[in-house]
Amino acid sequence: MDEFSRLSLHVPEPAVRPGGQPDFSNVKIPKAGSVPRPEVDVAPEEIRDLAFSIIRVLNRDGEAVGPWAGLLSDEELLTGLRHMMTLRAFDARMLMAQRQGKTSFYMQHLGEEAVSCAFRRALRKGDMNFPTYRQAGLLIADDYPMVEMMNQIFSNESDPCHGRQLPVMYTSKEHGFFTISGNLATQYVQAVGWAMASAIKNDTRIAAGWIGDGSTAESDFHSALVFASTYRAPVILNIVNNQWAISTFQGIARGGSGTFAARGLGFGIPALRVDGNDYLAVYAVARWAAERARRNLGPTLIEYVTYRVGAHSTSDDPSAYRPKTESEAWPLGDPVLRLKKHLIVRGAWSEERHAQAEAEIMDEVIQAQKQAESHGTLHAGGKPSVRDIFEGVYAEMPPHIRRQRQKAGY
Amino acid sequence: MARMTMIEAVRSAMDVSMARDENVVVFGEDVGYFGGVFRCTQGLQAKYGKTRCFDAPISESGIVGTAIGMAAYGLKPCVEIQFADYMYPAYDQITQEAARIRYRSNGDFTCPIVLRMPTGGGIFGGQTHSQSPEALFTHVCGLKVIVPSNPYDAKGLLISAIEDPDPVMFLEPKRLYNGPFDGHHERAVTPWSKHELGDVPEGHYTIPIGKAEIRRKGSAVTVVAYGTMVHVALAAAEETGIDAEVIDLRSLLPLDLDTIVQSVTKTGRCVVVHEATLTSGFGAELVSLVQEHCFYHLEAPVIRVTGWDTPYPHAQEWDYFPGPARVGRALTEVMEA
Ligand SMILES: Cc1ncc(C[n+]2csc(CCOP(=O)(O)OP(=O)(O)O)c2C)c(N)n1
Repeated sequence: MDEFSRLSLHVPEPAVRPGGQPDFSNVKIPKAGSVPRPEVDVAPEEIRDLAFSIIRVLNRDGEAVGPWAGLLSDEELLTGLRHMMTLRAFDARMLMAQRQGKTSFYMQHLGEEAVSCAFRRALRKGDMNFPTYRQAGLLIADDYPMVEMMNQIFSNESDPCHGRQLPVMYTSKEHGFFTISGNLATQYVQAVGWAMASAIKNDTRIAAGWIGDGSTAESDFHSALVFASTYRAPVILNIVNNQWAISTFQGIARGGSGTFAARGLGFGIPALRVDGNDYLAVYAVARWAAERARRNLGPTLIEYVTYRVGAHSTSDDPSAYRPKTESEAWPLGDPVLRLKKHLIVRGAWSEERHAQAEAEIMDEVIQAQKQAESHGTLHAGGKPSVRDIFEGVYAEMPPHIRRQRQKAGY
Repeated sequence: MARMTMIEAVRSAMDVSMARDENVVVFGEDVGYFGGVFRCTQGLQAKYGKTRCFDAPISESGIVGTAIGMAAYGLKPCVEIQFADYMYPAYDQITQEAARIRYRSNGDFTCPIVLRMPTGGGIFGGQTHSQSPEALFTHVCGLKVIVPSNPYDAKGLLISAIEDPDPVMFLEPKRLYNGPFDGHHERAVTPWSKHELGDVPEGHYTIPIGKAEIRRKGSAVTVVAYGTMVHVALAAAEETGIDAEVIDLRSLLPLDLDTIVQSVTKTGRCVVVHEATLTSGFGAELVSLVQEHCFYHLEAPVIRVTGWDTPYPHAQEWDYFPGPARVGRALTEVMEA
């Protein structure tokens, strides 16, 4: 017999399946405040550990501790809380609207609100995000009108995309929100290109790319890292690790025992992991990366460790592939509740004010929804015109499309 | 016989093939434990183990590239691309690699892979869940391209595809997954259980790749269609009362030219229907073949009814998708010409 035994294929599996006990013992969570904060011009090889740890600011008692704390005022934190609560209320209403047949499809952010809401506050006007479908917080935290978002979701007569784009696939150049593609990862490398252009033109604006843990498996993710590191593009490369890619656990894209952040190391890109459910930590890390980009020090890769509490989309049923109680077992808590507690500890907030704010925000969202619905929903009321199908394919409508439009009767 | 939806028929084809040949492996995004977002692979992992049916990373290029490598080793991979729209990252692997390995290696290496993918619109999938990319593949030599229109064909053709020694693109019209589509979007789908073609043998059978089927006999005009549009064409023939012969191509590459030529020679008129964009679509190939082979029998110009030359719109999809009214107008037009 040969000294080698026969080969066998390794197919990774999550720790538990429906019916089992949720288990996050494999997620190693360092104490809040325990991860150092390097200077922004640190050499990437000196901070390799940051790609394996988790930067956290808020501790269990709701206090902000350690070297990444102290960047935000009470007022800024209250604004952040409001953004997250708004996004949550918005999701709740839109989810219901989808069930009522007012739109075909919706994707919610439950549990991940801190990531996009806090990140947006570290950017400036003029910076550009290349988001995926779970970063509506970038718009909310930039005061983009909710009515416009809903018009887009309802594909109504006031939809800025004229009914042509899938719901939640927003676009707003003014608010630094590049038009979303349904094809995953394609925009990660585009973010790098935008940042390179800004550097070519000696501009001051920076870019941010967004991707999910599952989508890091796409070739475009790796292309983005090559270009970002080669040209030291002023870009922040964000990976939202919410543990699941539809039914597929993060171990399928990650493989081995590394982290997603660690993928930056082979490219010489400084890579940090951060508690994605900690508004303060997300903001602090985003600001650190933004400062690096602005000081022409090049790209930063950030992995946000979080959990997708809701379904992947309205077409998904998570109870078919993970324990129903898994989200409750998630060790990093709820981003809204954690910031609320912190503000209460700081003496800047109270249960009463929170309850009142919740009611106010829901009212605002409902008012916006009423206004949006007055312009129609997917199957009722005002609709984009069939004529709109033919517009915007090219800057100027070529004759063959004009003929087709006429044939369609418009 | 059992009453099966197209989803069940597709699953049954993989099940039968995996049971008969242990070299058949099934993988793709979400296909393992969960059974795929449309549930086409449900139960296969439990039955055949996770090294024969497993989840792949979200990397279409990686999925197709590894499938090619597995095929070179001697396996028969049948992979799922979650939506046809997501095949593009793998386009290089499909067109430059899979399609040409036999030719360039002089048969030293071959590529018996099947790439299954849901195609077409009619489910409010928007721009990125509604595309019909068949013409991109029929332009590539070395591939085979199949589009079934019912559960019986889907199963028989998929088994043939898995047993085929060359790479096969298997395009599944998702509008037909649960029932045939009569072309009227405001009416509920009639389930396959109420439909003759929902009758599918439980065991192994094949349908030859490259053979069309005449779904409706007629003598006035030939309608050439495939996938969802077969049902729209049948509805248009019923509604207009025009004595149309409806051909379901089933396989676009290779194409059953004889059936088309025989029919058009008999009827003297032809309408071609597909969901995909008009310009340089597969309809252009069909029309030029018809004029090349049937010119002296034609009594009217051949007309195409297709989607428009625009991306697929979300809210206005029923104005994009050819329905029986549009096909009916074309039928009337060729009859009056
Ligand atoms: C190129 C491509 N392949 C497949 C899909 C289908 N798809 C949509 S979302 C998704 C899962 C993405 O998971 P992840 O990147 O982890 O992001 P999350 O949804 O968890 O935020 C898949 C496979 C797609 N949209 N694009």
